[in-house]
Amino acid sequence: MKTLLMVGTRKGAWLFHGDASRNSWRLDGPHFLGHIFNHIVLDPRDRRTLLAAAKTGHLGPTIFRSTDRGKMWKEAAQPPAFAKAADGKGRAVDHTFWLTPGHASQSGVWFAGTSPQGLFRSEDGGSSWSPFSAINDDPQYREWMGTVQDGTPDGPKLHSIIVDPRDPAHMYFAMSGGGVHESLDGGQTFKPLVKGLEVVEGFDRANVTFHDPHCIRICPSNPDRLYQQNHCGIYRLDRPSNEWVRIGKAMPKRVGDVGFPMVVHPRDADTAWVMPMDGGTVWPRTSPDGKPAVYRTKDGGKSWERLDSGMPEKHAWWTIKRQAMCADSGKPVGLYFGTTSGELWMSGDEGRKWKCIARHLPEIYAVEATELA
Amino acid sequence: MNVLIPSPLHSYTERAKVQADGTTLAALLADLDRRYPGIRFRMVDEQDRIRRHMRVFVNGDQVFELSRTLDPADEVVIVQALTGG
Repeated sequence: MKTLLMVGTRKGAWLFHGDASRNSWRLDGPHFLGHIFNHIVLDPRDRRTLLAAAKTGHLGPTIFRSTDRGKMWKEAAQPPAFAKAADGKGRAVDHTFWLTPGHASQSGVWFAGTSPQGLFRSEDGGSSWSPFSAINDDPQYREWMGTVQDGTPDGPKLHSIIVDPRDPAHMYFAMSGGGVHESLDGGQTFKPLVKGLEVVEGFDRANVTFHDPHCIRICPSNPDRLYQQNHCGIYRLDRPSNEWVRIGKAMPKRVGDVGFPMVVHPRDADTAWVMPMDGGTVWPRTSPDGKPAVYRTKDGGKSWERLDSGMPEKHAWWTIKRQAMCADSGKPVGLYFGTTSGELWMSGDEGRKWKCIARHLPEIYAVEATELA
Repeated sequence: MNVLIPSPLHSYTERAKVQADGTTLAALLADLDRRYPGIRFRMVDEQDRIRRHMRVFVNGDQVFELSRTLDPADEVVIVQALTGG
């Protein structure tokens, strides 16, 4: 098996083709130099179709689609767009932020999350997209989404769209801000899933608006378990419970449990990785003390170990965005992350040792890994 | 009529000067999209608002409304107001 890395940056997309040992990488790119790529994802159902969420700083958003792993690209016929409002004051998609392939049994189905927050579905492999009006136009959901002022500096995001591998009707998504939500009917209706999650001090955690999930992952080996990196800590949820448990309290106090990405092991639901960042004072969101490290739990969050071998020992002020860290399904698992300073790092042994495999790229927004036959 | 296309949109038209028809700016943009699929949404959002950094000039005058009427002899210039890094 060979590994393909899909790297989205502020200035284009790059593909990295690894050999079977993951020691040598062939760079393919830039694709669409100058475009902003928030997510690039390979369809696991055919292992050939790539979808890429793109815009430039000045042109409207679109989706590029390739059916031959990036050799040729074609633009989506109808990119995600909100319904037109009669008064002309409706929302407009600024960018598509997140892409999730549909269930294995639903060929051609994809989901997209946008900024401002919206949920979209494609049934033709990502060429044409329809809005989920039950989310995008629902007064209660619009209230929970808050305003642009409530979101991240470059716009509030709908992200972490998850389809239960056992049941295509069972879905999750998250909003920053606006909480975690679950559907049991294929996305016709959703309900908040925020019990146990903390919010910024002084705010009411009963108000869904104040919840800021950063990244949620479902465990492939046990889809009843989810992990979450939140603005306010690291959490685990074991269904059928509806209450998240803050497992980040077991992290070292001087490091804390703030971060963007969350990565789960493909075969062991007790193992997960995070990349802590500085959430103190004005929230620099860089490596704490300039000393980057991944932390791993192998017991479902009861304890964490620091994994920084090969990383800079100091003066490395990295930020890792929520889609910019991932795992492959190799044995041992390969881990990958991209920094906002344009470096791409990997570990071929589940985080024990790390090496930089590319530098001088533009600001990295997304890294996805997949195995090719 | 003659339409001048800014370089960020040449990936659609493959040239700077193109021909398109329409009695209004909205109709002209719809015709451009028929000839060059996808180009309109990069310039105009789903609420029919001209995107923030796109500028449209007709015979040298800036136009803000898609309802602006056009004459076949008009020259339309689409400009991208580049900002930032």
